[in-house]
Amino acid sequence: MNKINKEIQILLVVIFFSLLVYGGVETYAHKVMHKHVDSKNYEYTDLPAITKTGDPVAGAALVTGAAACTGCHGIKSQDMPAPMDAATAVASYGVTPPDLSTAGILYESNFLAALIKDPVATLKLEHKFDDTKMHPMTAFSGAGGDLDQEVADIVAYFKSIAPQEITPKQAYEDACSRCHEMRYMKATQLGDTPTFKFEKDALAYRVKVLEYQDTLKGYMGKLPPDLSTIIVARSNSFLTTFIEDPQSHLKGTSMPRVGLTADATDKVMTHLTHSGDPAKEIRNSLGWKVILFFIIFSVLAYLWKQSVWSKLH
Amino acid sequence: MAKIRKATSVGDWLDQRLATETIKKVMATEYWIPKNINFLWAMGMVLAVLFLLLVISGIFLLMYYKPDTALAFDSVNYTIMAEVGYGWLWRHIHAVGSSVAFLIIYIHMFTAIYYGSYKNGREMIWISGMVLFILFSTAAFSGYMLPWGQMSYWAGMVITNLFSAGSLELHGVVEWIRGDYVPGDAFLTRFFMIHVLLIPLVIMGAIGLHFGALRIPHVNNQDGEEIDFDTESAKYLAGDTKGSKVMRFQFDFLSKDIFVLGVFLVFFFYLVFYNFTFALDPVNLDPANGLKTPPHIYPEWYFLWSYEILRPFSKDAGLIAFGFAQVILVFLPFLDRSPNVAPANRRGLFAIWFWVLLIDMITLTIMGKLPPEGIFNVIGAAATWTFLGLWVVLPIITMLEKKK
Amino acid sequence: MAVEKERRNFLGFALGGFTAIGSVAALGAMKRTWDPLPSVKAAGFTKVDLSTMEENVLVVEKWRGKPIFILKKTADMKANDRDVLVGESRYLISVGLCTHLGCIPAYIPKDKNFHCACHGGMFNASGEAIKLPPEKPLEIPPFKIDGTTLVLGEEGEQFKKLKAAGEIA
Repeated sequence: MNKINKEIQILLVVIFFSLLVYGGVETYAHKVMHKHVDSKNYEYTDLPAITKTGDPVAGAALVTGAAACTGCHGIKSQDMPAPMDAATAVASYGVTPPDLSTAGILYESNFLAALIKDPVATLKLEHKFDDTKMHPMTAFSGAGGDLDQEVADIVAYFKSIAPQEITPKQAYEDACSRCHEMRYMKATQLGDTPTFKFEKDALAYRVKVLEYQDTLKGYMGKLPPDLSTIIVARSNSFLTTFIEDPQSHLKGTSMPRVGLTADATDKVMTHLTHSGDPAKEIRNSLGWKVILFFIIFSVLAYLWKQSVWSKLH
Repeated sequence: MAKIRKATSVGDWLDQRLATETIKKVMATEYWIPKNINFLWAMGMVLAVLFLLLVISGIFLLMYYKPDTALAFDSVNYTIMAEVGYGWLWRHIHAVGSSVAFLIIYIHMFTAIYYGSYKNGREMIWISGMVLFILFSTAAFSGYMLPWGQMSYWAGMVITNLFSAGSLELHGVVEWIRGDYVPGDAFLTRFFMIHVLLIPLVIMGAIGLHFGALRIPHVNNQDGEEIDFDTESAKYLAGDTKGSKVMRFQFDFLSKDIFVLGVFLVFFFYLVFYNFTFALDPVNLDPANGLKTPPHIYPEWYFLWSYEILRPFSKDAGLIAFGFAQVILVFLPFLDRSPNVAPANRRGLFAIWFWVLLIDMITLTIMGKLPPEGIFNVIGAAATWTFLGLWVVLPIITMLEKKK
Repeated sequence: MAVEKERRNFLGFALGGFTAIGSVAALGAMKRTWDPLPSVKAAGFTKVDLSTMEENVLVVEKWRGKPIFILKKTADMKANDRDVLVGESRYLISVGLCTHLGCIPAYIPKDKNFHCACHGGMFNASGEAIKLPPEKPLEIPPFKIDGTTLVLGEEGEQFKKLKAAGEIA
């Protein structure tokens, strides 16, 4: 028994020093190297809440009328295609104005309202756009009535046409894909890459993508990174707080604050996982079975060892 | 020509041609191991199994990996991780296995230092073991290049730069090692060759040497007692299995080995499935970019202690200290001037030397990961001088040690 | 002593057997690693537009690495049970490899025959062997007719009928 006691003592010493190394090298060093940013629960509290009750019908009239949203933005679900194709749009504005069919379910209402009234401040891009350099989206200063009511109407309209549910792929496509390529999901800034029979056609398409990316790079300052493996190249907390407020991690970045709801962020993260960590589910479900196997193995091994050693003690 | 007679069994047939019975006796059933040992004596077997896991998982990775700077990253992070059936499992086993191997290597090494298993006829075990440490380090470094992520590229850049030998400015040597001005395709493919063919072959040979070096002086025991293996084994064979101080390797020692292995594998597969970021650093999951250095570059944890030793000094002094640190451990059997084979706690000042060495190397490891600023610099410098001092002091304190 | 030895052996076998179960699972995982990748299997379908096909002009498509003969038959070519019907037209759809030793036969529009250069074998416009050394007709790959689109790799109605009649190989 004494001998077993001694072995346990030795094991504890080994475990202690191993955990000491792990704690210092992983946990502590990580804390020192990466600053911690708290999530603000997607409330966007720096933005005012909507106080008026919006009327979707009035909103619809404004969107196609005085607010001129459809002058740049398509709304596919309402049979209103984008006025320009992606390549022309990026050449004109620097970035493709997103389709607004899902805006009502992707973005927080107070974010949308603030965005319509003051895009640059809401997107937190004051460091990039000022009086000398104009943001491609003009602020809506009202159609003659109560500005806050009109903005509430517009937001209500978008919420009324938005789908009840949205897939992770849809959320990513609408919120992120205009700037970020995702080669592992065969998607570029121009959408899903079609399959081509002839090499010439495939190359011609790739040239189109590269030209788009060149123009986008000119607008953004550098090309937004491919997001294929981002889910494993950054921690979860980094990614969610980064999406919530890019400036909190990379001050001076050209990435706008996106304004996603908590649920939309979840969906985007799920899509990122499909790309960069698709084995996650099976890994989690298989793991405990393998561990259990070796626990049983160890028990059987111990019993066998005991019986072998009974003649030695 | 041996006299061949009619075989009595398959075993007898093989024995007449291959001496299988003799081999079995020498390597297994009459390989006598002292009973007075603890589970730390099983670390060698754990390492052998880890090496086997690395070879097997490596074989499956090799089926799909593409050693080309344009294809490598995606062949690993897309093809293997997303497309290949259980590809992610082999990659996790390979990454976690190589990292955990070094944990076990350090435990194995410190066990040997503690119990004095490096002297009195066992010097070649220690030296061949240090050779294995160097070979495993080369395997780990060359393997880390292969995914061609940001860390692969920049670690490759920094470590090959070391060969410019400081003020000697041997840039030609550095370019020759790389096969290019910067780490590129030639660099990747030669490290692929090293990792996949050259080092595994040499490791297998070195393991053979290590086992051979162990066989003749026999395994040490917890008290450092010099056992008369002939007398004790005779007792065992005569039937006094309880009174004998030794036991058979197969199945006495092996049965305990296998139990320790089982417990280890529970812990190992927990890491493989649920806690693997320490071995799959996120920085290396960004594709290599020669025009963008990551904000933090660091080697894998097992290289941190020697990486830290570079830091407190100027370029040339740092390289000398670094070179010293790589090599000095090999000379342990000769720097220890005491003939006593005993656990450290019974060797007077050596006990203190041992724990100071352990804590010092852990300190160096942690400091090596932390950015070189403020108090971390101070602690790192103190730990570095302590390390160098320990080796100067060792011959002195062991010469003063009372003979057992 | 004997009881102890028996117990020892039993426990040893129990451990060995349990390990064997684990090994089988591990071997299963290894087998899956050898399986063709999803992207390879997905590339196993080829679509061909038949609406622009001309009579007596052989079109060769690639499917799963093999050449596929698509020949729109002329009115004077005899109808054959192996023919594939697309609207009003009859087609030969077959793997373009000689059933002797696998060379690709050439189509001679003048003779409305296939000539294989390797050993002189010949096939008619319905893919049947008409001159040795090949004896078996050109193989029919799994296919499906979708309007005027031919989908190679999927088993459609006509293919299933041909298969049941023993005509596919």
